[in-house]
Amino acid sequence: MSDKKKLQIALYWGAACGGCDVAVLDTNEFILDIAAAADIRLWPIAIDGKYKDVEAMADGELDLTFFDGAVRNSENEHIARLLRQKSKLLVAFGSCAHMGGIPGLANLTNREEIFTAAYLNNPSIEPGNRTVPYHKVQVDGMTLEIPDFYRRVYRLSDIVEVDYFVPGCPPDPAQIKAVVLAVVSGDLPPRQSVVGASDRAVCDDCKRTKAEKKIKHFYRPFEIIQDPERCLMEQGILCMGSATRSGCGVRCPNSNQGCRGCYGPLPEVRDQGAKFLSALASMIDSKDPEEIDEILSRLPDFIGYAYRFGMPASKLQRSHR
Amino acid sequence: MTSTIKIDPITRLEGHGKIDIHLDDDGSVVDCFFQIPELRGFERFVVGRPIEELPRIVTRICGVCPASHHMAGAKAVDGCFGNEVAPVAHKLRDMYYHAHYIHSHIAHFYALAAPDFVCGPDADPSVRNILGVVSKVGIEIGKQVIAARALAQRIQQIMGGRTTHLVWCLPGGVSKGLTREELEEIKPMVKQLSGFADFSLQLFRDVVLGNKAYVDLILNGPYTLDIQYMGLVDQNNAPNFYDGDVRVVDFQGKEIARYKPAEYSDYVAEHVESWTYLKFPYLKKRGWRGFREGIESSIYCASPLARLNVADKMATPRAQQAFEEMFATLGGHPCRALMANHWARLVEMVQNAEMLERYCADPEITSGEYRLVPRQITGAGVGIVEAMRGTLTHHYTCDKNGICTSANLIVGTTNNNAPIQMVTKKVARALIAPGKEPDQGILNMIEMAFRAFDPCFSCATHTLPGQMPLDVHIYKKGELVRRIRR
Repeated sequence: MSDKKKLQIALYWGAACGGCDVAVLDTNEFILDIAAAADIRLWPIAIDGKYKDVEAMADGELDLTFFDGAVRNSENEHIARLLRQKSKLLVAFGSCAHMGGIPGLANLTNREEIFTAAYLNNPSIEPGNRTVPYHKVQVDGMTLEIPDFYRRVYRLSDIVEVDYFVPGCPPDPAQIKAVVLAVVSGDLPPRQSVVGASDRAVCDDCKRTKAEKKIKHFYRPFEIIQDPERCLMEQGILCMGSATRSGCGVRCPNSNQGCRGCYGPLPEVRDQGAKFLSALASMIDSKDPEEIDEILSRLPDFIGYAYRFGMPASKLQRSHR
Repeated sequence: MTSTIKIDPITRLEGHGKIDIHLDDDGSVVDCFFQIPELRGFERFVVGRPIEELPRIVTRICGVCPASHHMAGAKAVDGCFGNEVAPVAHKLRDMYYHAHYIHSHIAHFYALAAPDFVCGPDADPSVRNILGVVSKVGIEIGKQVIAARALAQRIQQIMGGRTTHLVWCLPGGVSKGLTREELEEIKPMVKQLSGFADFSLQLFRDVVLGNKAYVDLILNGPYTLDIQYMGLVDQNNAPNFYDGDVRVVDFQGKEIARYKPAEYSDYVAEHVESWTYLKFPYLKKRGWRGFREGIESSIYCASPLARLNVADKMATPRAQQAFEEMFATLGGHPCRALMANHWARLVEMVQNAEMLERYCADPEITSGEYRLVPRQITGAGVGIVEAMRGTLTHHYTCDKNGICTSANLIVGTTNNNAPIQMVTKKVARALIAPGKEPDQGILNMIEMAFRAFDPCFSCATHTLPGQMPLDVHIYKKGELVRRIRR
């Protein structure tokens, strides 16, 4: 039975990959400390999780819920609402809950196209197949139901009020530790803040040497061998570090690859991709419109780079619901 | 199967694994459905992205085995650029992947499988978890397990710069090589992991094989299926996790197919049912024959046990000894007992550790030639690796500018969708009969069947292995008569 004096915690996922949960496991021995200091009431990866027990809880009985994953279907929405009701603090945990994440790239396409690619038109589908899944079907007189696949992906805050946001795909384990300790000590910033991250940009924490950013030629990452010491942007390799909040440990640039923005926009910035676009425009080393066109033509799929983790959070989304 | 599709507003639904069992008037099982509730649409939303970005997008299919998707994606992208890859890059990727395997196998064996064996299958569910295991085996062993998993993660961190969701592979190689200093840092970790792999095997011998009830459970429970096996092998028919040919053998040990990655669509097809988002792969040349067992069945499984069943031997000496011991104890090769997957996982871990040792001693591994800049875009590639949970296929195409035009993914757990469906029905039929009312016990039995496959529905959809919230509905004449949940 739970000891009500201990912190009551739940971890749950919506449309997610499980990487956020693995990041929690990557706090290693700290997990044992959490288990000693708190009651983990729901965590399907490791602990027996009973929905009916959550339903039976009083409102606000959970002190802290980490919700990772986006809202992709009716089940995700149902559980998000249930956990909101039962939790004092609901934390959007990781890029998907924070901004929609990679599954949010689906908002660049639509449900019909997704179903066609998955079930009708691909090289390994059963020859002649016309069947696609449906949320409620009759099979030999039996009714079978699965959750409704929504027309678009939502971030958690589109569905319920969120108290704090922990960014990252996945959040850095050291940051997770710090957030849990902050909750335990009550040392938290105002509600709706981003926690477990820095207020600086990834560039500010990146150790690569930086000079003036003047770009005459963009390269896709496969086209050249990266210089491991110099700023990637200055080498013409797209990196979102200037428009992205730090706190990740600069892990992608340290792997010789550009940042794709998983920690989200800087403080006070409402649209990460737009911010990046304006930064990028100032780096182009030309005043000649034709040359500018030529330079930019080397950058395909800008939207897929600049909103890699935040399509559902973007101002580009039309209004919905 | 014909189905009438009826559109209705969805009502509230919950549970990541949902099972509907339908009974006839007498109370016998008519049918049983294991349903997967989610789809995210990767195959569509990667279209239009630069093809070299795909390995760093598809990792998000699964945070438990992101390196599997990254490697399969990298190999498919290599194919789109004409397959000119720096030789040491293949070694580096393979080396990384062995560390990834060890991390995953430790997590699975100790956190997910061990509760059944260490605490016992009949233990109270509230203690049948990793914390229960720690209290039983002692905090010292618990800490050792955590430390070993952390080491496996650390090796990946050093090599690829990240653990979960690495961004390391590029067409023609990897974005960073391994320095001599980094190799020296890794060497003692590998030594420790190698000892831990042996320790785990010994623990299995002591705890599981030393208990006759557990051995009986492995060999004689309702957990056997007469279906075929799939796995990746090298030229000597030893398991290879990163590269090789796909081999399919039937449950009597006869090879029925062997194919190169690029030929996959001649050998595997996916059947769709309207009542689940997850597809059902089958052997294409045999055609879809339904959820049927037998030597002619077109259903196969892909899992640690399947990999050892399709292999003639292991690639390394200590793993070979463990392989021989396992099949001798289980009554021969191949083995049909699904519970043997747990043992197979530990045998594989020994090979992973020995391969890491081999790479640590390879003078070429620190070569600076870790990537070739591709000279051409050829437009299509298929990458196949063994994800921890089964054969993983990524097939991409791109246009002349290297923009993705299509992607097809057959992921680890999806291979096992039909077998899981079948074993669930088998367990239901074994437990429910006229006059025999189902009770909570059915949940444990079904769950153990699942866990043998280590079903990672994160890959297949999004839920994780382990204590799945299960929801069993029992219907009579279409009316819900009983609901058992956990």
